[in-house]
Amino acid sequence: MRRAMTGLALFAATLLAATSAPEQAYAQSTIKIGLIMSYSGQFADPGSQIDNGIKLYMKEHGDTVAGKKIELIRKDNGGVAPDVAKRLAQELIIRDKVDMIAGFDLTPNALAAADVSAQAKKFMVNMNAATSIITTKSPYMVRTSFTVPQVNESLGTWAYKNGARKAYTLVSDFSPGHDGEGAFQRAFKEAGGEIIGSARYPVANQDFTAFLQRAKDMSPDVIYIWVPGGPQPAAIGKAVADRGIDLKKTKVVGQGELTFDEALKGMGDAGLGFITAFHYDHNHQSAKNKKFVADYNAEFKRNPDMFSVGGYDGMHVIYEALKKTKGDTDGDALIAAAKGLKWESPRGPMSIDPETRDVVQNVYIRRVEKVNGQLVNVEFDKLENVKDPFKARMPKQ
Amino acid sequence: MAVTSPAIAGAHQYLDAQVRWRTIEIVFWLATLLPFVVTPDYLVLASQIAVTALFALSLDLILGYAGIVSLGHAAFFGFGAYTAGLISKWGWGEPLTGLLISGLAAGLLGYLMSFIISRFRHLALIMITLGFGLLLHELANSASGITGGADGLQGVKMWPLFGAFKFDLYGRTAYWYALIVLFLLFLVSRRLINSPFGLSLRGIRENAVRMRAIGAESRSHIRKIYTISAIIAGVAGAILTQTTETVSLGVLDFQRSADILVILILGGAGRLYGGLIGAIIYMIARDWFSGVNPQYWYFPIGVLLIGVVLFLPNGILGGLAQIVNSERGQRCTGWLTAPLPWRRRP
Repeated sequence: MRRAMTGLALFAATLLAATSAPEQAYAQSTIKIGLIMSYSGQFADPGSQIDNGIKLYMKEHGDTVAGKKIELIRKDNGGVAPDVAKRLAQELIIRDKVDMIAGFDLTPNALAAADVSAQAKKFMVNMNAATSIITTKSPYMVRTSFTVPQVNESLGTWAYKNGARKAYTLVSDFSPGHDGEGAFQRAFKEAGGEIIGSARYPVANQDFTAFLQRAKDMSPDVIYIWVPGGPQPAAIGKAVADRGIDLKKTKVVGQGELTFDEALKGMGDAGLGFITAFHYDHNHQSAKNKKFVADYNAEFKRNPDMFSVGGYDGMHVIYEALKKTKGDTDGDALIAAAKGLKWESPRGPMSIDPETRDVVQNVYIRRVEKVNGQLVNVEFDKLENVKDPFKARMPKQ
Repeated sequence: MAVTSPAIAGAHQYLDAQVRWRTIEIVFWLATLLPFVVTPDYLVLASQIAVTALFALSLDLILGYAGIVSLGHAAFFGFGAYTAGLISKWGWGEPLTGLLISGLAAGLLGYLMSFIISRFRHLALIMITLGFGLLLHELANSASGITGGADGLQGVKMWPLFGAFKFDLYGRTAYWYALIVLFLLFLVSRRLINSPFGLSLRGIRENAVRMRAIGAESRSHIRKIYTISAIIAGVAGAILTQTTETVSLGVLDFQRSADILVILILGGAGRLYGGLIGAIIYMIARDWFSGVNPQYWYFPIGVLLIGVVLFLPNGILGGLAQIVNSERGQRCTGWLTAPLPWRRRP
């Protein structure tokens, strides 16, 4: 009986706890921003880096804009779950009465929340998800990260311009990998190059020996690799070294994830000479970025990455747009204010395309080198003010 | 809420008593209408709870009643979800027919699977269902031309329900739609479980070999209930797709299979209301805890689960039944759980 009573008490406590959701007190002088991203699970680390970027921006610029206090409401999306993202967006807007939604680490989640933004006419800032079509789903959305074609088509064009004529592509067999493959191949072929072979490796692949041996046998000028981060770059680095691929003759190129900090740690010297295209690295040389990296390290004891800078610049767009509207949070007013914004970000100059509301920025070509005993991505070339090429091809509405 | 009174003898009398409604059940179903009045801001959550409850009910039919362990039940949920999404994408956005087709499609898949399922028990089943779930997940991932792969299926647009009720931002339509479907399928399950067929399922759960020895074929029974369960899971998935207009690989995830198992065990397996109560508590707790702390909300959830398993090994409903069935419980709450005097059938 006692045991049963404990159970009953637990049950009652849960019910009680569950039904007494926190009451929201409204004040006209606050602006509420609903943040939806993965704070738990497999994607918790990118989520926390975006959040760190947001925190740092608010620490530097204060939490008051146009006389109104900024209040953040954080919601955990917990991984790939568009149904949850959509529900959270709905709840934030109807229950918490937020003025805008932001965050979004993963493409399916951003797409689902975009529907809500369009329907409720709420401003939305996509701080990470990189699939090109996302911004077309809501006329109230801007993006402050990058798009897959933006980086990978730039890389394809660059590779041809720098002497490569025959390319081999190797990508992870899921949609972002397919997108990267498509973008690189398209630009490389348009420039006049030839794709002599391509392969898609299983998502959880551990050993790349066979793939790289096959690539080597075809002796391409460039091997394009798309990898989503995690432990795979290390395995790729090892396989490239083992197969004896000479990086002087055959360039190994990829999107920035191939040579992230963690990836370089795993690869060691095998990664020396890898070339990647990306919009941000903490090693970017500018006064603005030096300060950003130093402040970030002081605050969070780690280096910022592309996620951090997405969150940081996302907050910048929100702050600047609010300044322009003098605190008006109407979706139409905010998106009008955000269009065409231009500023100096830690990543370099960037702006919001007034037509597509997508990010316009430099794409840097970097090579892995050893500086002061540490492997870093050193920028040695760049393509300036790159727009999302996918949208340029879309028929005008 | 199985309450056996010693006065009732014989299987038919027992079933007859079970079929009759109890006050507490009517109270429960009336309470499901409360969100419309009390918490109109929570209808979206309520609709997803109803979907989860329906999914848990489908698992309860096979796990709780027939003893078929499954770690891959999301396969049917996801199959229904993708079917509903694809039908809409290909130009037919009518929800009810979409729901029907999705349920049948998942049922067909379940029927095919049931020939394998009915040959195994226990540990082997865990492996088979787990593998099957993973296979389907990988299939959906690699067939990105059809399913949209990791980006999720795009272009799902539902027409208004009955041509009149749009799926609105507040989730009003979504909730009553999900609730009505849940209630109807609950009625079907309830009837099924309290029939001789349901009774033999319980026999199979307790001892499949013995059932065969007394002349009751177990494999055909297992095939039937597995197919029915797959239909219900598929319908649940389809409702999720239709009310959110999104589908992604998440619907086929192993995590979803594991979550639903946890929900069912939390509520109490082998009791029709177990999955329902489990879904309500788990989803509300998750919503609330993750609102308080978006980073570490799994911790209190874990504590809750450990607490339930420690103190209520038969789930929350199992614990409640223990109290109600005790002598003092009978005196206080007997009127709530006693069969109502009127009968459903003449």
